[in-house]
Amino acid sequence: MASLRQIRRRIRSVKGTAQLTRAMQLVAASKMRRAQAQVVAARPYAEKISQVIADVASQTVTPEGGALHPLLARRAHPQRVELLIVSSDRGMAGGLNTNLIRAAAQQISQEPAPVVATAIGRKGRDWLLRTGRELRAEFIGIGDRPAYLDIVPVARVVMDDFINGYVDRVDLVYTRFVNTLVQRPIVRRLLPVEPAEADRQRAIEYIYEPSPEQVLAELLPRFVEVEIYEALLEATASFHSAQMVAMRSATDNANEIVNELTLMYNQARQTSITTELIDIVGGSAGIGVR
Amino acid sequence: MADKLRLQVVTAERVTFDDDVDIVVAPGSLGQLGILPMHAPLLTTLGVGPLRVRQGSEETILALTGGFLEVRDNRVIVLAEAAERAEDIDTARAETARQRALTALKEAKTSTDSLLAAQALQRSLIRLKVARPRHRPPMPQDRG
Repeated sequence: MASLRQIRRRIRSVKGTAQLTRAMQLVAASKMRRAQAQVVAARPYAEKISQVIADVASQTVTPEGGALHPLLARRAHPQRVELLIVSSDRGMAGGLNTNLIRAAAQQISQEPAPVVATAIGRKGRDWLLRTGRELRAEFIGIGDRPAYLDIVPVARVVMDDFINGYVDRVDLVYTRFVNTLVQRPIVRRLLPVEPAEADRQRAIEYIYEPSPEQVLAELLPRFVEVEIYEALLEATASFHSAQMVAMRSATDNANEIVNELTLMYNQARQTSITTELIDIVGGSAGIGVR
Repeated sequence: MADKLRLQVVTAERVTFDDDVDIVVAPGSLGQLGILPMHAPLLTTLGVGPLRVRQGSEETILALTGGFLEVRDNRVIVLAEAAERAEDIDTARAETARQRALTALKEAKTSTDSLLAAQALQRSLIRLKVARPRHRPPMPQDRG
């Protein structure tokens, strides 16, 4: 059995760990609340813009059947596909990034065309580098409170790749925030933009200023940005939730270990006291003290 | 017949305005644009400028930078890149931004630089103008 001093040292060290994970849990909890509020705040804009795009969807095709804007152009047999992977910069969040990467890997293995990637977040970037995949761009250090402006350059990169014809499709891979306990990795089409099915009832003629082409030319890039922004906000909320849950179970585990060690320590202390007493009693009996 | 418009001003970060109004005057990319109830369906891009709203005798002004405006079924949806109410504008910050934009404009070497600086200048100017209105032209009156 370990010596009393060794046990005492271990108790102290585990208690330190528990304190640390407890602090991280509390920080993650408050960041999670803020991130969730951000997700909720961004939703109306995303809903409205996709509604507007659906409203004009009937007019997104030229009379000859071609797409009215390059971002709408569907290409039948993709020669190359791009994944935009939204991971977190930091770890200590349980299986969050592992699950995300598994989903990305699965998507890549199902894809007949070659796959290139752009990464938001260090964890995804590191994985892409490790597996030797072509990395188009990386965006690290966006932080806990993403601003809309943070993702504008990201959108630029993927839209350029698509419009220049370097890739024929762009998919977005991120962790959707379902609730505090459940975060689910999902893969979603980003480009070409696919307007929601136009509602016949809603289909009406608009007055366009300056022209349908110009309105779409401004609307579509915004839409792509919003999709990425929403994904990043969801991923951020997911990260803080996953981290909070992971840190809570780490704190619980540490406390459990402290209890076990304390029990072990007390037993060892008692044993040593008993041994000492026996020694004293035995010794005094030997010299005949009564 | 509806005699009110529902106006919603939404940015990617929050909903800035959501209420029934009598008239909206927006900075369309082709010029100012007044919208009264029963307006025909319209979809337009927006420039930088004040978005003026009247509810009864009360007038609200928002500083708007870019975006879209959709009108249909007596609903006006403004999807703005940025929209701030006069009382939310930090004039000191807008003033600093104006100075910074002016310096950038002077030192701009490429046409992109000067374009970006000019846009930044425009944004700071509209914020200052909305926050400190001096000469405000009267709002167009209802014809009803």
